[in-house]
Amino acid sequence: MSDWLNEVSGLTQKGQIAVPCTWWVGEVGSRFLIALRDEKKILGNRCKKCSRVYVPPRKNCGRCFVDIDDWLELGNEGAVIAHTIVRQPFKLHPVDTPFAYALIRLDGADVAFLHIITDNLDSLRNGVRVRARFREKQTGHILDIESFEIV
Amino acid sequence: MDPIAIVGVAQTRYERRKRDKTFFDLVYEVTREALNDAGLTIHDIDTIVTISNDFLDGRTISGMAVGDAAGGADKNISTVEGDGTFGAFYGAMRVLGGSKTALVVAHSKGSEGDVQYITNGMFDPIYQRLLGIEAISASALQANCYMERYGISEEQFAQVSVKNHGNAMHNPLAQMPMEITVDDVMNSRRISDPIKLLDCSPVTDGAAAIIIANEEAAQKAERRPVWIRGIAHCSDDFFLGDRDLADPRSLRDASRRVYAMAGITEPLDEIDLVELYDAFSYMEPLWLEGMGFCEPGTGGTMIDRGISTMGGRLPVNPSGGVLSANPVLVAGLARIVEAVLQLRGDAGARQVDGARTALAHGINGPCGQSHCVWILGQER
Repeated sequence: MSDWLNEVSGLTQKGQIAVPCTWWVGEVGSRFLIALRDEKKILGNRCKKCSRVYVPPRKNCGRCFVDIDDWLELGNEGAVIAHTIVRQPFKLHPVDTPFAYALIRLDGADVAFLHIITDNLDSLRNGVRVRARFREKQTGHILDIESFEIV
Repeated sequence: MDPIAIVGVAQTRYERRKRDKTFFDLVYEVTREALNDAGLTIHDIDTIVTISNDFLDGRTISGMAVGDAAGGADKNISTVEGDGTFGAFYGAMRVLGGSKTALVVAHSKGSEGDVQYITNGMFDPIYQRLLGIEAISASALQANCYMERYGISEEQFAQVSVKNHGNAMHNPLAQMPMEITVDDVMNSRRISDPIKLLDCSPVTDGAAAIIIANEEAAQKAERRPVWIRGIAHCSDDFFLGDRDLADPRSLRDASRRVYAMAGITEPLDEIDLVELYDAFSYMEPLWLEGMGFCEPGTGGTMIDRGISTMGGRLPVNPSGGVLSANPVLVAGLARIVEAVLQLRGDAGARQVDGARTALAHGINGPCGQSHCVWILGQER
């Protein structure tokens, strides 16, 4: 570093970035989020070619590269296949630490669904069964599922 | 593949915060030094690849903003938003496509944004981002999945951190040279189980550049060329839940293809050192499995046996690795730079004796969604 810079307090310019942005959730996303909101149901969809059941549902199968239009209702329960208990807080966390992120294989699905677990973290292991706990007030948001709870 | 080579390299010192250098300054510095290293001038460069990320730089079209600093006036500039190994791959393609030379330059100032917000931004905005997940917690899911699948321990991961920070003691450009113990790692702050502070790479500022040349231009450069014997990359599914996080199948695929290109049949016997993308300590054993240096599930044993230490059969990350400096995007290019220095015999106190063939590796996307693998050699 240039020596003279040690003698002065360097200048920074504060950014003013707060770019407004909204995402259409699309046809597939709308169907999924509306089912969560109005029926407290978790929907998946199945690729006709490889029979893989996706959740969240997809417009196309990434592996077979074909449309997916075969919808089905999944269970609100499933098994944890990976988890982490989060210790260090971060402003974008939806709840206070400690809480867990988990990849959950919902009954009827072939892929795992990412969500959070807030209670009984001492009992959390891979393989444990968990069930979706819905919020009282539903808005059509991934957090209409408040948390998964250990069954 | 036609013979192409890396004829010049440069990198800054990696630091937590560079208050004397802007993005522009960093790119100018490494561009000039890479040209000096090669014994070329900017007039010898046909095409330029800049590597940057708009969220990191806090501006849009960030790759074009550093064009002047890279000597791009009157030249064609391509921009790559991704790890440096992928940008360098693009540069190599330009040379294979008819350019005589390509300059590839990456810059990053992690200090000026907020890395957690930025890595949260790589996840799906509808289904994942609103859960607050970011790189550390996502990687913790992968580490958990890998540990539980094969019975690998946190102490085995900790050994990687001890080794790589120790290697960095001999790299004057590394940000975090440290003599630490497994206990230090195990007792460091828990961030997202099983990941603790000393299992994580740091926030870093820095830049790196390489010059790729065709056979004719390589012979004109002053430096002994380091030949690109093979490059391959492959992607896995984007959604974490679609993947088997304990099975890096895209890395396995890329490795298989790069070994075929380079004519390598026994990687452990034929490769002298590896520079891989260890953003977290668990990644070293997992990626070594994916690269075929050991069987699935035996990466932890490989660490226990000291195979990847400087004195071991396959030194891994002599530079100190990404654990010792993580300028995002630059980090993969820095792996290539270190491999080149090792093959030229220019690695100083961390020189791997008799290094003739090296593997350099980078990742893109959460938890190693995509892997890019390079085989570099003293001979073509």
